[in-house]
Amino acid sequence: MTMPPVLEARNLKKYFPVTRGFIWQKVVGWVQAVDGVNFSIAQGDTLALVGESGCGKTTTAKLVLRLEEPSSGHVLADGKDVHAIKGDDLKEYRTTVQAVFQDPWSSLSPRMRVRDIVAETLIINRVASPQEIKERVAEALASVGLRPQQADLYPHEFSGGQRQRIAVASALVSKPKLIILDEPVSALDVSIRAQIMNLLVDLQQEYDVSYLLIAHHLATTRYMANEVAVMYLGKIVEKAPTKELFAKPLHPYTKALFSAALPSHPDITHDEIILTGEVPSPINPPSGCRFHPRCPMAMPQCAQIPPEEKEIAPNHMVACHLY
Amino acid sequence: MPREIGDVVLEVEDLHTYCFTRFGTVKAVDGVSFHLRQGESLAVVGESGCGKTMTALSLLRLQPRPAARIVKGSIRLEGEELVTKTEEEMRQIRGRRISMILQDPQTSLNPVYTVGNQLLESIRIRHPGDDRKSLLRRAIDALKQVRVAAPDRRISDYPHQISGGMKQRVVGAIAISCEPKVIIADEPTTSLDVTIQAQYLRLLRELQEETNLALIFITHDFGIVAKMCDRVMVMYAGRAVETGPVRDIFNHPSHPYTHALLQSVPSMDEDVARLYSISGQPPALWDVPPGCRFAARCPHADDRCRREYPPAFTVSDGHTASCWRLETAGSRVGTVKLEATV
Repeated sequence: MTMPPVLEARNLKKYFPVTRGFIWQKVVGWVQAVDGVNFSIAQGDTLALVGESGCGKTTTAKLVLRLEEPSSGHVLADGKDVHAIKGDDLKEYRTTVQAVFQDPWSSLSPRMRVRDIVAETLIINRVASPQEIKERVAEALASVGLRPQQADLYPHEFSGGQRQRIAVASALVSKPKLIILDEPVSALDVSIRAQIMNLLVDLQQEYDVSYLLIAHHLATTRYMANEVAVMYLGKIVEKAPTKELFAKPLHPYTKALFSAALPSHPDITHDEIILTGEVPSPINPPSGCRFHPRCPMAMPQCAQIPPEEKEIAPNHMVACHLY
Repeated sequence: MPREIGDVVLEVEDLHTYCFTRFGTVKAVDGVSFHLRQGESLAVVGESGCGKTMTALSLLRLQPRPAARIVKGSIRLEGEELVTKTEEEMRQIRGRRISMILQDPQTSLNPVYTVGNQLLESIRIRHPGDDRKSLLRRAIDALKQVRVAAPDRRISDYPHQISGGMKQRVVGAIAISCEPKVIIADEPTTSLDVTIQAQYLRLLRELQEETNLALIFITHDFGIVAKMCDRVMVMYAGRAVETGPVRDIFNHPSHPYTHALLQSVPSMDEDVARLYSISGQPPALWDVPPGCRFAARCPHADDRCRREYPPAFTVSDGHTASCWRLETAGSRVGTVKLEATV
């Protein structure tokens, strides 16, 4: 934890306009997809973002990848604002941050050979000579457990697990500092998931790369991450080192999420906190604490005052009026 | 759980469903036998392509035709043989006595009809003499039964107007509206969020307690098995490799595949130093090896495993597994420690 952060998000916000009308478009509201998110990832660490669909995990990842411009706030990489850099700096940034997506059937181009898919980052960003590209592609493929001959094949000739290996290889080839893993195993078969998770853990140790892991499966985050941030409707409600969070979840939403997770043995029973209703619309999120309409512990002030992030224990942040 | 496990309602014996394609015969279900009692939940576990969904579809005789045919075996619902029934007779059985909840509520509801309209379709079958008004009242009751809020308003909504969790509830309401004896739930919660999944699983359990339904869960998630099921059948490459009560399966997994599956899932409740990972992939179902189908991926396989398919050996009461190691090791192999490898 003493290493300088590879990536830092400061008060990051992304609002999408909701428009009405076809020609004279009028903005009638804002989807507050990400609303004031702070986190930092140290070198070699894994931060997991967990939450239900629509909580803003993927938008956060897109902001980090520069696929979206933030409405306000900053993403800092090595102290530089990611959304302000241009030219060569931008090319360099694109090689230092890579992504692996959920579905290896749609994330790999069916018309390209594996060799070209993996080499693409290096070619586009012109960071290596042709000879060097060849070597690095071979090295990346070997590191994910694929044979050199397989570089000449097309993605359809591989199974799901192997395709995800190709996706990991193409993320690794530019020697990135950070890889964004967006649900890296949830599209894979059960018996293949462990292969990919172990591979990712091994590669992290070997290359000292950081991961931003986006997942909804809590057990996966427990296995892979050092730190977990729980998101709800665009805000981080709790963030703590994995061990601490799993031992002592504080926020009522975290508790509910944990109790909803399925047990690993029939004799293990979690206290059932079944939340009523569903995640409200992010267009008009509830006032005060966004979780208060579903919260079993809601107090009168929860409906009025948005809770601030408080540091309860070292590195354990929680945004709730209970603490 | 206050459920009462009653008589056998469904009995499947030596079921074979093959798909006849240009490229050869795919043995999707290759000799599966199991039974299900009233009020009981059976989990059918396996990875994609192991034949679990094809087994479920065969029970309703809904296997994709003309390619797939039940070539052998018997399916008895309350003693009545289903395999030899005509299409007309099957239509009387589907929905009324055996019903199904599919994985994706988005695709199992028709987008151009209202929720009420689709519910009425099945309620009308159950109560053919009723007028529209009392049918509507029954539809509202059915939505109430699956805990849909404001059912009188929801009934005139189209599927796109309601959320995923709500849609899956509507699908559930349709499935139970004809009061079937058996419901097959094919990965009912994979498209739902964690907290919505918990709500839905609780609903299914409550419905089961109210109506004493027999449930078949088709899943790849051992979490659902642990939470919901009484008995488990693990399938691999078209065959059941291990069957038994849920605690026996978790405490004494006796087939190496079951064992590997259980060890390859990270746990929510404890730290795991390293996950066990199964190398390789399942065999292609049009070209299955003669011996044990898991042999190529099994750390214990020997020559005999590759030559002969093992019969089901009894591990303990009601717990059987098809592995040659059970023959020599006596009645119980115990838990085998598998070394974690990549």
